[in-house]
Amino acid sequence: MFAYILKRILYAVPILIGVNLITFMLFFMVNSPDDMARAQLGAKQVTPQMIEAWKVDKGYDKPLFLNEKAEGLQQITDTLFVQESLKLFSFDFGYSDANRNIGAEIKTRMGPSLAIALPTFMIALITNISLALLMVLFRGSVLDTSMMIVAVMIMSISGLFYIIAGQVLFSKMWHWVPISGYLSGWEGVKFIILPVLIGVFAGIGSGVRWYRSIFLEQINQDYVRTARAKGLSELKVLFGHVLRNGMLPILTGVVVVIPTLFMGSLIMESFFGIPGLGSYTIDAINAQDFGIVKAMVFLGSVLYIVGLILTDISYTLFDPRVKL
Amino acid sequence: MSMTFLWTDLMVWFLVAVLIIWGWVISRSPQVKKIWHTIFKSKIAMASSIVLLFYLSFTLLDSVHVRFSPESEQGTQGVQYQGEMVSLLDLMFVHNIESTERTYSAPFATHEYAKSIVVDDKGVTRQVNLPLKHVSQSDSFLKESLFALLIGACISFLLIRAHMFWRKKKGEKVKEGLESPLPWRTAYLTLAVLVTAFTWLYLLSFSYHVLGTDKVGGDVLYQSLKSIRTGVLIGILTTLIMLPVAIILGVSAGLFGGWVDDVIQYLYTTLSSIPGVLLIAAGVLSMQMLMDNNPQWFETTLERSDIRLVFLIIILGITSWTGLCRLLRAETLKISQVEFVTAAKAFGVGKWTIIRRHIIPNLMHIILISIVLDFSGLVLAEAVLSYVGVGIDPTMFSWGNMINQARLEMAREPMVWWSLFSAFIFMFILVLAANLFSDRVQKVLDPRNKT
Repeated sequence: MFAYILKRILYAVPILIGVNLITFMLFFMVNSPDDMARAQLGAKQVTPQMIEAWKVDKGYDKPLFLNEKAEGLQQITDTLFVQESLKLFSFDFGYSDANRNIGAEIKTRMGPSLAIALPTFMIALITNISLALLMVLFRGSVLDTSMMIVAVMIMSISGLFYIIAGQVLFSKMWHWVPISGYLSGWEGVKFIILPVLIGVFAGIGSGVRWYRSIFLEQINQDYVRTARAKGLSELKVLFGHVLRNGMLPILTGVVVVIPTLFMGSLIMESFFGIPGLGSYTIDAINAQDFGIVKAMVFLGSVLYIVGLILTDISYTLFDPRVKL
Repeated sequence: MSMTFLWTDLMVWFLVAVLIIWGWVISRSPQVKKIWHTIFKSKIAMASSIVLLFYLSFTLLDSVHVRFSPESEQGTQGVQYQGEMVSLLDLMFVHNIESTERTYSAPFATHEYAKSIVVDDKGVTRQVNLPLKHVSQSDSFLKESLFALLIGACISFLLIRAHMFWRKKKGEKVKEGLESPLPWRTAYLTLAVLVTAFTWLYLLSFSYHVLGTDKVGGDVLYQSLKSIRTGVLIGILTTLIMLPVAIILGVSAGLFGGWVDDVIQYLYTTLSSIPGVLLIAAGVLSMQMLMDNNPQWFETTLERSDIRLVFLIIILGITSWTGLCRLLRAETLKISQVEFVTAAKAFGVGKWTIIRRHIIPNLMHIILISIVLDFSGLVLAEAVLSYVGVGIDPTMFSWGNMINQARLEMAREPMVWWSLFSAFIFMFILVLAANLFSDRVQKVLDPRNKT
C-alpha cells in the first residue's frame, strides 16, 4: 500500500513539471521579462537600467531554459524555468504583482472557500443520491418521468441565472439574507446559506441524472434479480445491493473532487463577495496577475492529483477485489 | 458592395460543407440511415432538432458579411456603413441599429425608463419620461400584433405545404400510401411556432423595441439574435477543433501501445490535471498579450473581436480534448482485441486499413455522443467565461456579455430585467433543445442501452 502511494507520488512529479512547463510557456511565449518590467514599473520614462534592476530583483534576469554562460549541470539548473519550478515545488509562491505574499494569502483564503464549498458538496451529494434513489424506486412511473423532465430543465439554465435570481428574490425583495459578504464563525451562517442552496440547486439536474443512470445500470444486473428472487423487498434491494454496488462508480466521480473543494467556486465567491480562493483567482485574472494564476494552476493540479490517489485508496476500502 | 469573410465565417461554411458531405456519405449506408431514422422517430428529438436548425439558420445568416465600399454607396445607409462589415442579419435589423435610444427602455415601452429633466414653455422644470425615438406613438399594438401573427401563420403554412409537397413527390417513388414513420406533425408544429413567434417579434421590431433597450439604448432583441452566432460557434467549432486531435491521439495510444501510449497518457493526464477555467484563463491572458503586441493583424474592431473568438475556440479546444481522448483510447484498446480485428491482422491487412475500416466506424458513436453532449456545456460555459473576463471580446455580442452588462443594473428600482431575461431565455431554449437532442442520440447510439 505505502509502496503504491509512494509510486503514485513519484509519478505525480513529471506531471507537475509538465503543468509548470505549460504555464511557463504560455506566459513567456508572448511576454518577455522586459515587457513585464515595463508593465510593472509603469512610469513613462523607463530606462534600460531600471528594467535590468527590476529583472535582477525579481530573478527574471536568467535565461529561460538553457544558460549558456554556466557550466555543466548548471547550464540547465541555473535557468528561469528550473528556479521558478523549484520555488513552486516547495510551495513558495512568491509575491503577486501588488507585492503581497501569495502563499500567506492562499492560507487565509482557504477557510472561506471551504465554508462554502464543503456544505455545498455534502448537501448536494445527499440530495442528489436520495432523489436518484427515489426515481429508481419509482422508475418508469409518472414521478420518474416528470423528475427527469425537471432535471433536464434545471441543467439547461445557466448557473448565473440561479445566482442572480436567488439574490434578487431572497436578498433584494424578501430581505431574508444579506446580499453578499462574509463573516467567519457562526455569525457567518447567514452569508453562507444562499450560496450553498444555490450551488446545490444548480447542480441537481446533472447530478440526479448521473446517479440515476448509475443505479439503473446496477438494477439490471443478475445479482439484483437473484436478490429479488429470494424474496427481498424492493427497498432492501435498493439500499442493500444497488446503493452499495453503485458506490464504486460514485466514488470515481466524487472522491477526486474533494481536494479541489479547497479551490472554491469562482462564480459563487465573486457574486457573493466571499474572500475565498475563487474570488482571489477571478481578481487575479481581471488584474492579469500571472504570478497568482500560476500559483493557483499549480495548487489546482496538486489537489487534483491528490484526489486521484485518494480515489484509488478509497477503492481498496470499498471493493475487496481491488488490491494495490 | 462586396462580400468579405471573417475567419469564423470561413470556419462556419467549412463546417456546413463538411456536414453536407458527411450527410451525403451516410445517406448511402442503409445501417447508418436506419440509426438516424430511429433517432428522429422520437417526437422530442424531432422538435429539438428543428429548434437547433432554427438557431443554426440565424448563425448562417449572421455569417455572410458584406462590405459597402465608401465610394459607390451614397444613400443614407451607405454613409453609415462606410468601409464597415455588416452581415445579412444586420441588414435585416437596420431599422433597429440606426435608431438607438439614449438609455434603457422596457419591452414595448413608448417612453424612456429613466426620468429626465425638461424645461417646458412656461419655464417650469419637470421630470418626465421622454418618448422613444424609434416608437411611433400612434401605432396600435393589438392591430399590429394580429397582422404580424397572421403573416407568421401564412409563412409557416407555406413552408409546411412546400415540405409536404416535397415529401409526396419523394414518397411516390418509394411506396404509395405509406405513412411516414417520422413524427412530421411535431416538426411542423415546432416550425410553425418558431416562425410565427419570430415573425411577430420581427414585424413589431419596426415600431417598437420588442425586448427593450440596454444601457446605451441598443435594441435587446437585435443583441440576443446576434449572440446566437457566438453561442453556436463556440458550441460547435470547439468540438470540431478538438476532434481530430482527440481521435488521432486516442486511436494511436490504444492501437500502438508502448511508448506512444505512455506519452499520450502523460499528455492528457497533465492537461486534465490543470483546473479548466484556470487553463483557459492563462491561455486567454497570453493571447491577449499576443494580440496587444501585434495590432497589425486586424484592421477593424470586428476583425479583432473575431480573431479573439477564434483564439478562444482554439483554447477551449485544447483544454477539452482530454476527456474524449481517454474514452477513445479505452475503446480502441477494447476493439483491437476483438476477433474481427485480430483476424484482419492475421490476414495481413495494413494498419491504416484496419483503422479506417474497423476502428473508426466502431468509435463513431462515442464521437457523436461527445459532440452533442459537449455542445450545451460549451454554450453555458461561454456565459461564465465572459463573466470571469476571459470570454468573448466585450465589443462582440454574446449572451455572456449581455448578462455581464445587465447584472450591475439589478439594484435599480424598478428593476431592469429585460436584458438578463432575454439572454437567459435565448440561451435556455438553445441549451434545452441541445440537451434533449443529445439525450436521444445517446439513448440510440450507446450500445449499453441496447439491453
